[in-house]
Amino acid sequence: MASSNSLMDSLFQRSLEDLIKGLRLGESTFISRSLEEIRREIKLTDLSTKSVALQKLSYLAALHGVDMAWAAFHAVEVVSSSRFAHKRIGYHAIAQSFSDQTPVMLLITNQLRKDLNSSNEHEVSLALECLARIGTDDLARDLTSEVFTLLGSSKALVRKKAIGVVLRVFDKYPDAVKVCFKRLVENLESSDPQLLSAVVGVFCELTAKDPRSYLPLAPEFYKILVDSRNNWVLIKVLKIFAKLASIEPRLAKKVADPVCEHMRKQNVGKSLLFECIRTVFSSLSDQETALKLAVAKIREFLVDDDPNLKYLGLHALSIVAGKHLWAVLENKEAVVKAMSDEDPNVKLEALHLLMAMVNEDNVTEISRILMNYALKSDPLFCNEIIGSILVACSRDSYEIIVDFDWYVSLLGEMARVPHCQRGKEIEHQLIDIGTRVKDARLELVRVSRALLIDPALLGNQFLHPILSAAAWASGEYVEFSKSPYEIAEALLQPRTCLLPDSIRAIYIHSAFKVLVFSLGAYFSAQEPTSPPLAQESTSSGHSVVNGFTYNSISSLVNMIELGLCSLSGTIDVEVQERAKNVLGFIGMIKHEIAEKATSQNSETEAHRAIAFMEDVFSEELGPVSSTAQEKVPLPEGLELNENLEGLQEICREVLEPMAESDYSSDKVSFSVAKLRIRDQEEASSSLPPPLESSSLLAEHRKRHGLYYLSSQKSEDHNDREGNDNNTSNEYPPANEISVDSFKPKKKISKPRPVVVKLDEGDEPKRKPDASSSNDESLSRAIQTALMGKGKGKEKEKERVKENHEMNVDTENIEQSSRREKKNKKNGERSSKRSSRRQRGKEASVTKPVEVPDLLL
Amino acid sequence: NTVAHIQNNVPASTLNLSQFNQDQVNQLIQQLQQHIRFILLQNRQGKTRLAKYYVPLEESEKHKVEYEVHRLVVNRDSKFTNFVEFRTHKVIYRRYAGLFFSLCVDITDNELAYLECIHLFVEILDHFFSNVCELDLVFNFHKVYLILDEFILAGELQETSKRAIIERMSELEKLE
Repeated sequence: MASSNSLMDSLFQRSLEDLIKGLRLGESTFISRSLEEIRREIKLTDLSTKSVALQKLSYLAALHGVDMAWAAFHAVEVVSSSRFAHKRIGYHAIAQSFSDQTPVMLLITNQLRKDLNSSNEHEVSLALECLARIGTDDLARDLTSEVFTLLGSSKALVRKKAIGVVLRVFDKYPDAVKVCFKRLVENLESSDPQLLSAVVGVFCELTAKDPRSYLPLAPEFYKILVDSRNNWVLIKVLKIFAKLASIEPRLAKKVADPVCEHMRKQNVGKSLLFECIRTVFSSLSDQETALKLAVAKIREFLVDDDPNLKYLGLHALSIVAGKHLWAVLENKEAVVKAMSDEDPNVKLEALHLLMAMVNEDNVTEISRILMNYALKSDPLFCNEIIGSILVACSRDSYEIIVDFDWYVSLLGEMARVPHCQRGKEIEHQLIDIGTRVKDARLELVRVSRALLIDPALLGNQFLHPILSAAAWASGEYVEFSKSPYEIAEALLQPRTCLLPDSIRAIYIHSAFKVLVFSLGAYFSAQEPTSPPLAQESTSSGHSVVNGFTYNSISSLVNMIELGLCSLSGTIDVEVQERAKNVLGFIGMIKHEIAEKATSQNSETEAHRAIAFMEDVFSEELGPVSSTAQEKVPLPEGLELNENLEGLQEICREVLEPMAESDYSSDKVSFSVAKLRIRDQEEASSSLPPPLESSSLLAEHRKRHGLYYLSSQKSEDHNDREGNDNNTSNEYPPANEISVDSFKPKKKISKPRPVVVKLDEGDEPKRKPDASSSNDESLSRAIQTALMGKGKGKEKEKERVKENHEMNVDTENIEQSSRREKKNKKNGERSSKRSSRRQRGKEASVTKPVEVPDLLL
Repeated sequence: NTVAHIQNNVPASTLNLSQFNQDQVNQLIQQLQQHIRFILLQNRQGKTRLAKYYVPLEESEKHKVEYEVHRLVVNRDSKFTNFVEFRTHKVIYRRYAGLFFSLCVDITDNELAYLECIHLFVEILDHFFSNVCELDLVFNFHKVYLILDEFILAGELQETSKRAIIERMSELEKLE
């Protein structure tokens, strides 16, 4: 009965074609029905039925996402069939569904070995394809010897695939390198273009990960670079040389010629030409002729109608922009034109290049044009533009910004771009400029006011960080404000309920600062019993009218009180506490404001309290070095590493008094380094701006020498900028819109204000070339490893040398005459190499591998 | 053991094995990856007609990749570039009638070369099926995979000659 059933199953089994036809009629139910059939069919002993079932399953798995892991064992069964058609289906299923975790993986080792040793080249190639896809550590180890044999196969097809598999085998079982490497290298001299293509591909991969080890093979690669006619091979060899030349500069000189040769050819393929250009830009940019030729060729790409070529042209320019900006400047028309391209990729590359060309002369113009672009662009690109302006302008502590008033108002403008989502960065820069650039504070307060009084901005959550910065700035620098009342009103407007609590707390605290400032001005104005009008002349340093009358001050106090009343019951503790602090303060001084108007006693409690609060807020905040914390010496008795469990107890005692006197911690990050230059404040008002700031800076330096290193830096910058002006003069304007903006404008209407600079740890976001330092540490580790094993290596080297001699002898006898020659050549070269290596080692450790003289 | 065996018979490379410090080999080779991550054939509706992954991916992950790639390429204007960034890699794609051929490669790979590579693959399919259409690929999925395996092995381009692949395919067909 069972057998007749299976016979029926086999006879009326759906073929793959039936399955596909069925699927085209209607899917979901059909798939589950077919799966049932497949599950039944695949269990039958008949291999034909089994393999068709497996094939159908593979189809469903590949295109309809059906799980086929359960059929792993059946796939192994099908592979063991002697018929090629079955084997093919089986191997395909295995390659498709096996992973390292597949339990039956162990069962296929022998089958693979058998097929790898088969005399049928098609079976061998099936097995190789499978191994290339699923090879595990165990498989790679167990089958290394088979792969090694196949690397020397006389059949090109097999050899080619064996080469392809080597990469996977090396990856999984590094010891295979010892076995297979020699044969792999021999294939570099193959005359068969397909073999060459395969082996060069393998070396391209290997070199990309560890260029130094393959330097000795440079002569072989060089030969291919000169002789090969196959674009694919040449591209791969160029990639290899790009890696090698970056660690061995002498190689760059040698390779430049053949690369130029390829570029000059009339009908060179675009892909090869582009690879040549990219190689020159990335690794051979010190070779003048090659660089000039490459720049000339890249122009062809830039003006091409094909968007692909245009994009690649721009992309290549961005590689070279860092080292040779002139190459970009020469093509600026094309870059500007690409800004209005339809393709976002092209626009993005153009934007990056445009930002690379920005300098202090054209930054205003370029930013203006870009902001116009931003208004017209889609949200994504708009934010890219804003982001890159922010990055370019803030580079090296705002090196290219001369006119900070302009820049601060630009930041304000950015906030009003409808799609703007760069609030975080803008927030950071607004505060950063406030703390660093004294002369920009007036404009900063003006811009902040404009942002704060606009109730519409409160509805956009992306702008909240910017508003937070604006609130902080108008509280911190309230002395520059024309109308403190207006600021306080804006800070407490009803729509602030849309803000997150943390920012609301900043709003309240800023309102507090405004209040303290106003009260201070009011009380000090009353003191000398003179009318408020006389006060204007004495406080002219701030260009602000501090005329507070009794009426205006009491309406301010009332307004703040009213605004905060509702907040004293807020759930968020930060908001609640700050509101209560302010209300408490108002309660303390309120009745005395009225008294003040009548009595002239200056020693009231309110007066003292206000003087105290003014004192607290008058400390100026400065930028904080990202490494500042490290420089604070560890106080005696402070144990940082001990278990902190006992902290609960201590905290209760310590935190309470702190909370009361903690008025000054308006923003944690800024309270760390309060810079005390308060006493300079008075002196500063009488001095001309530049002198004033430099004296401030000097004073600051004296007090906080800890944060400074050298004093010459900013002057040096100015000198260098001057030189840059001259050089950029060489490139006259050419295109309508923004090319004008590359025209250097000589006159600088006002001197660049002093920007407080920390000589180190200034820009925490910029990591100093993480990747390169990583590589360095890696190579250093390798070098130390090599040095540590020096003794062992000497011995090993001797042994290897002996081996070499033996090899040449024994192999000479064994091999045919053609191979004999080749081996001898190899042997000689390598022994030459090893002796050179020893010399190299004595000379310097930094160059563990020497390039053969042949090339130099 | 096998290794030791081979090493005795065929002494280690006469060339430059001594430069291969064991740690170095371990450390560096472990990070090797194939150049082509996957190749996808999708129609305009997002139905996958061929998918081959050269890196191990979970089934659910594959679906996500296919969905994302389709969304990336399907709405791109024909005047746009044929390259799109995809996560940390890039996708080189080309549209033939209603079919998108997408290759996912390393960010530093040569875009134009892979574009040519896609075209070559299409030419081979066209030659093999004489005027290929989507239905051919649907009904001959196993043959398409065979062609692909001859074309790309372990993520590396294997064969750049159209003639060689066509010849091999006819040899394989004889074996069936």
